[in-house]
Amino acid sequence: MLFQEYEPREDKMLQIIDNDGQIINPQWKPDIPDDLVLDAYKFMNFARTADLMAVSFQRQGRMYTYPPNLGQEAIGTAMGKLMRPQDWLVPAFREMSAWLLKGARLRDIFLYFGGHEDGSKFSGAPNFLPSAVPIASQLIHAAGIGYAVKYKKQDSVVFAFSGDGSTSEGDFHEALNFASVWKAPVIFTVQNNQYAISVPVKKQTASLNLAIKSLAYGIPGIKVDGNDFFAVYRAGSEAFQHTRAGKGPVLIEALTFRQGAHTTSDDPSLYRSQEEEKAWAEKDPIKRLRGYLVANGLWKPEDDEPLLEEYKKEVEKEFAVYENYPPYKVEDMFQFQYKEMPEDLRQQQIGYEKYLNRKGAQK
Amino acid sequence: MSSQVMTMVQALTDALDIKLAEDPDMVIYGEDVGVEGGVFRVTSGLQKKYGVERVFDSPLAESAIVGAAVGMCAAGLRPVVEIQFSGFAFPAFNQILAHVARMRNRSRGRYGAQMVIRMPYGGGIKALEHHSESMEALFGHIPGLKVVIPSTPYDAKGLLISAIETDDPVIFMEPKKVYRAIKQEVPETKFAIPIGKAKVAAEGTDITVISYGAEIREVQRAMIMAKEKGISVELIDLRTIYPIDRETIAASIKKTGRVLSVTEGPMSFGAGAELLAIAVEEAFLSLEAPPTRLAGFDTIPPLPKGEHHYFHTPERIFYEIKKVVEY
Repeated sequence: MLFQEYEPREDKMLQIIDNDGQIINPQWKPDIPDDLVLDAYKFMNFARTADLMAVSFQRQGRMYTYPPNLGQEAIGTAMGKLMRPQDWLVPAFREMSAWLLKGARLRDIFLYFGGHEDGSKFSGAPNFLPSAVPIASQLIHAAGIGYAVKYKKQDSVVFAFSGDGSTSEGDFHEALNFASVWKAPVIFTVQNNQYAISVPVKKQTASLNLAIKSLAYGIPGIKVDGNDFFAVYRAGSEAFQHTRAGKGPVLIEALTFRQGAHTTSDDPSLYRSQEEEKAWAEKDPIKRLRGYLVANGLWKPEDDEPLLEEYKKEVEKEFAVYENYPPYKVEDMFQFQYKEMPEDLRQQQIGYEKYLNRKGAQK
Repeated sequence: MSSQVMTMVQALTDALDIKLAEDPDMVIYGEDVGVEGGVFRVTSGLQKKYGVERVFDSPLAESAIVGAAVGMCAAGLRPVVEIQFSGFAFPAFNQILAHVARMRNRSRGRYGAQMVIRMPYGGGIKALEHHSESMEALFGHIPGLKVVIPSTPYDAKGLLISAIETDDPVIFMEPKKVYRAIKQEVPETKFAIPIGKAKVAAEGTDITVISYGAEIREVQRAMIMAKEKGISVELIDLRTIYPIDRETIAASIKKTGRVLSVTEGPMSFGAGAELLAIAVEEAFLSLEAPPTRLAGFDTIPPLPKGEHHYFHTPERIFYEIKKVVEY
C-alpha cells in the first residue's frame, strides 16, 4: 500500500526520520533489527571514509578523475543491504556503497579510477556489471538482465542505478518501457542529487518530480528522502517484494544532495550557493542516522572517532594494494577486445612489441 | 547430404531454426519478428515453433532492442536481434559502440556480448528513404565487433550459424536485394562457414575484384563481359568485413597485380579504402596498376527515380575493370 499512499502525482516524499533522527513517520518505519541499523550506520561511515580519502588521493595525484559520493551514502547502503548474492547490480558511477555491499573491494574501485580496466572485473562479486559512464544506457541492460532471469526462472532482482540527468535520456524511457512490458524484476533507483554536473533538475524536466515518470510506463513510482536510510530501505524492500512477485519493475526517486563536486575536475561554486550547501549539510544522512542511534541508546557520539580511525587504516591498506598493482602491460590493451583475437589485431600487437623491443630501446 | 533449393530468406530462417532447436539459451526478438515473422519474413514460423518467450515482438525502440541484448548476454542468453532496416540502426549506435563492442574489455573478459544483430542493408530495390544505405564501414571501424555480409543463400546459412556460435558480437548485414532474387541448393543439415575468411569465388589471372553482398552478382555479370574481351577476373567475395581476410586478398593481388574493389557504400573512408590500403601494404611490389575502388558516391542514395545512377550496373563495373587492366 506504500506505493498507493505515496502516489507521485501528489508529490509526497516518504520520510521516516527528521534531520535530528527523530521518528516522524512510525507507520512506515521498516521492521528491521537494531543491529542491522547499527551495521548500516557503520558501513555508511566506512563508505564515506573511503570516498573522502579517494578524493584526497586524487588531489595528491595518486588516482585519476573520481566522482565523489559524499552525502549520498544512505541510498546505496539501504539498497545494498537488500541485495542478495543472486541479485544483479547495474551501476552508474556514484553509488559506491552499493558496489561495496555487492562485494566490490576498495582496491578494485581505486584501480578503476586509478586508470586500469582490471578494476572493473570485481572478482568475487557475482552478478555485477562494470560502471557505466554514458548516461542511462545501462538501464536498458538491466531490463535485458531482467528478461533473462525471468526466462531462466531464476529468483533474482536487478538493482539499477542512475542520476537525475538520466531521466532526460531516451534510454531511460526505453528501459522503463521494456522492463514494464516484459514484467522484468528491475528496481530503477534514480539518485536525484539535484544537479547533472551544473544543470539543476528544474532545467532538466518540467515534471512535478522524477517518480511521476513511472506513470507513463504503468509501473509504481515513489519519491523518497534519499538521505533517510529508513525511507530508502522501506521503499526498496517494498519494490523488492513487488518485483519478486512477478509484478514488474519499480521506479524509486531518492532525493539527495551531492555535497562534493561532480567529479574531481568540477567546481560546484560556479552553479550553486553556499546557503544551499549549508542547508543540505543539515540533512546529511550519516548525521541523521547517528541522531536516531544516539537517541535510542544504540551509539554514543564518542564512538565515532575510534571507528573512523579503524576505517582509515583499512582504506590505507586497500589503497596500498592498488598502488602495488602490476604495471599496465601491452597485452592488457589487446587481450579482451575479442574472445578470439583477429589476426589483424594480433599483428598490430606484435608490431608494437617489436617497436618496444627494438635495438637500443630504453627498458 | 540432402539439400533444398532456397532463397536467402529461407536459408536464414533455416539457420535460425537449427540454432533455436540446438541452443535453449538463444532468443530472437525485434520489431515485428514474432507474429508476422519479420517484414521480410526471415523469422517466419519460428514463434509458432519455439514459443513467445523465445521468439517475440519487442517494443519499437532500437536502442533498447540492442541494449537489452547486452544485459541478456551478461545473464547468459544468446540473443539474435533484428533491426528492421539498417537505416534504423542508429538509435542503437550508442549501445553498439559504448557497450556491445566494449563489454568484454570493460569487464576484463567476465561478460561477453555473444549476440548477433541482424539487419537488412543496401539498395537497388526502389525503397523508401532511409532504406537503401550501406553503412558497413561504420561498424567495421568499431573495435570489438565482427561484421559479416553474405552474398548467396548458401553463405547466408553457413555464416549466420557461425555468427550465432561466435562469442563475440556480430553485425550481420543481409543484402535485401538478394533476399529473394536468387535460389540455390543449400544443404538441409547444419554447416558453418568461418567468419574472417574470404572466398575466392572465381579464379582469374588479370585482375582481382574484391566485393561482397549484393554487388557480387553485379560483378559476376560484369565478368561475363570481361571474359568476352579476354580479361580473366579473379573474384574475391569478402564474406566478412571485419576481421578482414588480409591473407586471401594479398595472395590474389600478388598473383594478378591489379585490384579493383566494388562496394556500395559512400567512397570516402569506406571499405574500399581499407581494401586498397591492404593492397599497397601487402602487395606493393606486385602492383601493375594503381589499386582502384568503385564505391558509392559520397551522396545520400537517391530515391527510386534516381537510384539507377547510384547503384552499380554490370556495365559500370566492367568499365572500371577495363580501365584498370588497360592502365
